[in-house]
Amino acid sequence: MSRRRLDRGAGLGLGAAMIWFSLLVLIPLAAIVVKAAGGGLATFGHVLTESETRDALLLTVKMSVLVTVVNVVLGTLIAWELVRDRPRRVGGAAGVGEWLWGKVRVVVDLVIDIPFALPTIVAGLVLLSLYGPHSPLGLHWAPTTQKAILVAIAFVTLPFVVRTVQPVLEELDTDVEDAAASLGAARFTVLRRIVLPAVLPAIFAGASLSFARGLSEYGSLVLLSSNSPHRTETVSVRLFAFIEQSNTESAAALATVLLVVALLAILVLDVVQRRVARHG
Amino acid sequence: MKSIKVTTALVAAGVLALTGCGSNSGSSSSGTLNIVGFSVMEQANQKVFAAFEKTAAGKGWQLQGSYGASGTERDAVLGGQAADEVHLSLQPDVAKLASAGKVASNWADNATHGICTDSVVVFGVQSGNPKNIQTWDDLLKPGVKIVTPDPGSSGSAKWNLLAAYGAYLKETGSDAGAQADMKKFMANVVSWPSSGRDATTAFENGTGDVLLSYENEVILARQSGQKLDYVDPSTSLLIENPCAVVKGAPKAADDFLAFQKSAAGQKLYVETGFRALPGVDVGQVSVKGANDPSNPFPTIQNLQTIDADFGGWDAANTKYFDETNGILTKLKADSSQ
Repeated sequence: MSRRRLDRGAGLGLGAAMIWFSLLVLIPLAAIVVKAAGGGLATFGHVLTESETRDALLLTVKMSVLVTVVNVVLGTLIAWELVRDRPRRVGGAAGVGEWLWGKVRVVVDLVIDIPFALPTIVAGLVLLSLYGPHSPLGLHWAPTTQKAILVAIAFVTLPFVVRTVQPVLEELDTDVEDAAASLGAARFTVLRRIVLPAVLPAIFAGASLSFARGLSEYGSLVLLSSNSPHRTETVSVRLFAFIEQSNTESAAALATVLLVVALLAILVLDVVQRRVARHG
Repeated sequence: MKSIKVTTALVAAGVLALTGCGSNSGSSSSGTLNIVGFSVMEQANQKVFAAFEKTAAGKGWQLQGSYGASGTERDAVLGGQAADEVHLSLQPDVAKLASAGKVASNWADNATHGICTDSVVVFGVQSGNPKNIQTWDDLLKPGVKIVTPDPGSSGSAKWNLLAAYGAYLKETGSDAGAQADMKKFMANVVSWPSSGRDATTAFENGTGDVLLSYENEVILARQSGQKLDYVDPSTSLLIENPCAVVKGAPKAADDFLAFQKSAAGQKLYVETGFRALPGVDVGQVSVKGANDPSNPFPTIQNLQTIDADFGGWDAANTKYFDETNGILTKLKADSSQ
């Protein structure tokens, strides 16, 4: 009896998950690919050989890769700081320092998610006022330089690696690290041999999300990028232009190319992760 | 199994309920009128909607607006979005709805040739006009930074670029001369935002010295307290935004369209910065946000039109904006190489 009920429950769960997944993801994606195929291979050829679109694609991939690398390093560091590092007790001010760090950590932990919560167009506006012509920081990057695009993508993708690595670090038992240290392992060795293998899948999962998100970013770039052909025009803006011109075949073809790029990136990251995990 | 059937039934019922909401009836005398407009109309329409609902024809009707980029809204209506009247930026967008059978093919056969609102292309300048921008030639000077939306993704950008081309054509007297000037013009463009509104926002935040825009858009921005000035150039292009009733819409949609074109409707549009349609007398209107509120719309010396000077939209789109061979498309693509 109990066995049968479990099966039925599991079947129902799987069925519901698949229906939901199909409605939300599979069917729309299939529709895009079918639409793109409707224009034939010529559409793909045209989209990929047209220099303006190609440059937009290359720029977007380049920016997303750069930001992902930055996120992997800094995101992991931020997660580490949030979970692990506590200031060393130095002299009499130790109590205050520790208290203050605790507060800062709580605030940072809350603020990290803001790029998720903020509508990206608002993010673009805020970043434009910070890095635009009226920049109080003296950094006049937006909207004419590629640095502005980098900043926008970095802003919206910041939480990915932090939020994937953080829970893993929290669950990680420090006993093993202590044991390794007590057996004479240097701090770096402990990090490399014990901590890193544990958090690696999380880091790579965060990196995939970050890359895919960077590839498709549109909202924040609307104001932050000048959309100059060949220079600061990203692929999402190009895609929007195709749609506005009712050139849906080209739009679908370009979207399919983006899908393939994202898929390839996720595959590559997965392979690299397995390699690194194996060789430590 | 049973619960799967129940779930399926529930989902199906939900879908039916959602799609059921979209239908509208052809003969009733009350209900909701769905007006689909290009983005700039959103603020301007608020008062027009309220005024129409108070007229005899509009009694019992509730007007609901849906706004976005002209091309996006066109595609939304093509895709089946509920619409009783469309009011878009460019004539070809409505023409496309007509050829798809969404709008009567004779939609433009009326006194205004299917046009609901007029404006002109102007130079938005930073407060106090620090670079002293007055003429189209001023835009070509080295170091002048221009902001204009991307003609690929924004209807308003096409008006802007054609206004520039027309002005340079008039000055130089030849297509070659106009193209040489347009080349310098494009080189001075520092930002190509995706829509007219994005362009205004970028400009207000300090991007560029000149914003090419609709007169009504700049006046509206000033009404909303934005700090920018504007200059009416002596040569410009008349911006004409088309409107049409969607097939199968209730008669109230025709009434609303007539109200938009009436003196009462045009007066409300004029108050938000549009120029009155030719032949419509709205009387003396003080327009807040205009350079001179009591004389808000100075006569443009050389006011070109899309039909008289560019051979209509079909010809202009092919000649200037064709995706691969358009003169302006090519000049833009080469501008930052």
